[in-house]
Amino acid sequence: MSQTFAEKILAKKAGLDYTVPGQIVEIKPDVILSHDNTAPIYGLFQRMGGEKVFDPDMHSIIIDHASPAPSTKHAENHRIIREFVKEQGIKEFYDVGRGICHQILVESGLALPGEVVLGSDSHTPHAGVMGAFAAGIGRTEMASIWAIGELWLRVPESLKITVTGELGEGVTSKDLALTIIGDLKSDAAIYMSVEWHGEAIQALPLSQRATLTNLMAEMGAKNSFIPPDKKVFRFLKDRARRDYEAVYPDDDAKYTREVKYDGGSIEPVVACPHTVDNVKPLSEIRGTHIDQAFLGTCTNGRLDDLAAAAAVLEGKKIADGRRMIIIPASEAIYLAALQAGYLETFLKAGAVIESPGCGPCMGNHMGVPAVGEVSISTANRNFRGRMGTKESEVYLASPAVVAASAVAGVIESPANL
Amino acid sequence: MADIQGKVWKYGDNVNTDVIFPGKYTYTVSEPAEMPKYALEDLDPEFAGAVQAGDVIVGGTNWGCGSSREQAVVCLSEAKLGAIIARSFARIYYRNCLNNALPAIVCPEAVDAIENGEKVTIDLENGIISCQAGEFSFPPLPEAVMEIFNAGGLIPYTKKRLVESN
Repeated sequence: MSQTFAEKILAKKAGLDYTVPGQIVEIKPDVILSHDNTAPIYGLFQRMGGEKVFDPDMHSIIIDHASPAPSTKHAENHRIIREFVKEQGIKEFYDVGRGICHQILVESGLALPGEVVLGSDSHTPHAGVMGAFAAGIGRTEMASIWAIGELWLRVPESLKITVTGELGEGVTSKDLALTIIGDLKSDAAIYMSVEWHGEAIQALPLSQRATLTNLMAEMGAKNSFIPPDKKVFRFLKDRARRDYEAVYPDDDAKYTREVKYDGGSIEPVVACPHTVDNVKPLSEIRGTHIDQAFLGTCTNGRLDDLAAAAAVLEGKKIADGRRMIIIPASEAIYLAALQAGYLETFLKAGAVIESPGCGPCMGNHMGVPAVGEVSISTANRNFRGRMGTKESEVYLASPAVVAASAVAGVIESPANL
Repeated sequence: MADIQGKVWKYGDNVNTDVIFPGKYTYTVSEPAEMPKYALEDLDPEFAGAVQAGDVIVGGTNWGCGSSREQAVVCLSEAKLGAIIARSFARIYYRNCLNNALPAIVCPEAVDAIENGEKVTIDLENGIISCQAGEFSFPPLPEAVMEIFNAGGLIPYTKKRLVESN
């Protein structure tokens, strides 16, 4: 029986020959991810009567959401996590400043082809860039996995996105993902598995592919998958923590919906306040006032994102009265950006560089906007109130556009600087 | 199981978790009993002070989209909300509802018919919503999920399983 990626991998994990959409299966994930919410999950685990976790080696715990601690309350949360990790013998623990959880899973060879990753974070589908089945779950169900090692999953319907040709000059995977979310709308993939196919996807470097799987959370997807190829296998050489076996959909698998895009038709776009599917061509939005530009996050805080911004900022200055916040997605990226000279370019341009983590993305700290202010950001979400106050606006764009806007003081294309 | 009965609070499409329970509280408000105070703070400031046990939220498509934060469900289940009826739910939000034994009902016809502020009755076992415009039926929960729901949520369910496995 021909199967999609989701149907096939969930069958394999459940010990079945095949599964069909809507079927409920109980499976043991290979990797479970929790971040700053590890402490509250620990509380739920104890309420369930849990003492020792089912398997400490399943856990990956990363402190990233409010890291380093912006308040005593946050610091107390971190303290509980460190105690928990020690007490349970959890080895994969990444303390403050090491990076954003989704980037760490990929970079540390923890998210692998043909494996199942469940995370108590909505952007867990990110790990599908490595060919894993990766889905976000809630805190209580995470606590339940800690206790009994497994969880019920509904086999999702699948959406196949094929992108032919190649992306044009100055067009990034951020523009591609936002264009698709704008066209199909934010509820198009609720409870679905989104697969990415076509030569335009294969041509992208892994960091750009990760932007696609990451952003599918904004279309409601359960998981998002890019068929692992040589680029993935080469990246995992000397990095993968275990042997793995990739799983691929069958060529004649049945998809609930299939959409096709020509990569060459995609143009730079911006997601406007206050929903990710409110997408407009950059050419229409140019000139919109901004107060702050934010480059970073699990969506676009990788080395090539920083490189794109550095190319724009080289020899230029952030506009008067504006601020630019830059946060590399991990310690490794921070170091590589330092060695490549990008950090010097950023500092000379007047930007502020902060330690790896989520930063102001969800309004915790490190540069939240004031009432009435406008931000342009490389993040994945622009909901009202997202960055801390509902009386502010957030535009989402690619790293080069965010950098160009910081220089211009208004939303601007790098080509027009 | 007794019927759910209460007043309707009706909202629109794509209501996200940032307006249901703002992100800035996610690591500062940790007691479930404290969470109802902030429920829907950025969507409807009157809700938290006026919601009564058994009341029903009626939403449009994609209710609860955005972050996986479970507080966006707990702030409502702790307020003893009776149910949420929507045209569709964001996936993690839907799972969080069931795992916290808060009925999440997909019924687009009822969403169209129900007016803000009216009284509705929901018979969960038989899948029937009664409102001024008439009766609407919805499919029951899958069996595997009903087990968790009937145990009172995933916490008591897992507790039971842990005891059984020891």
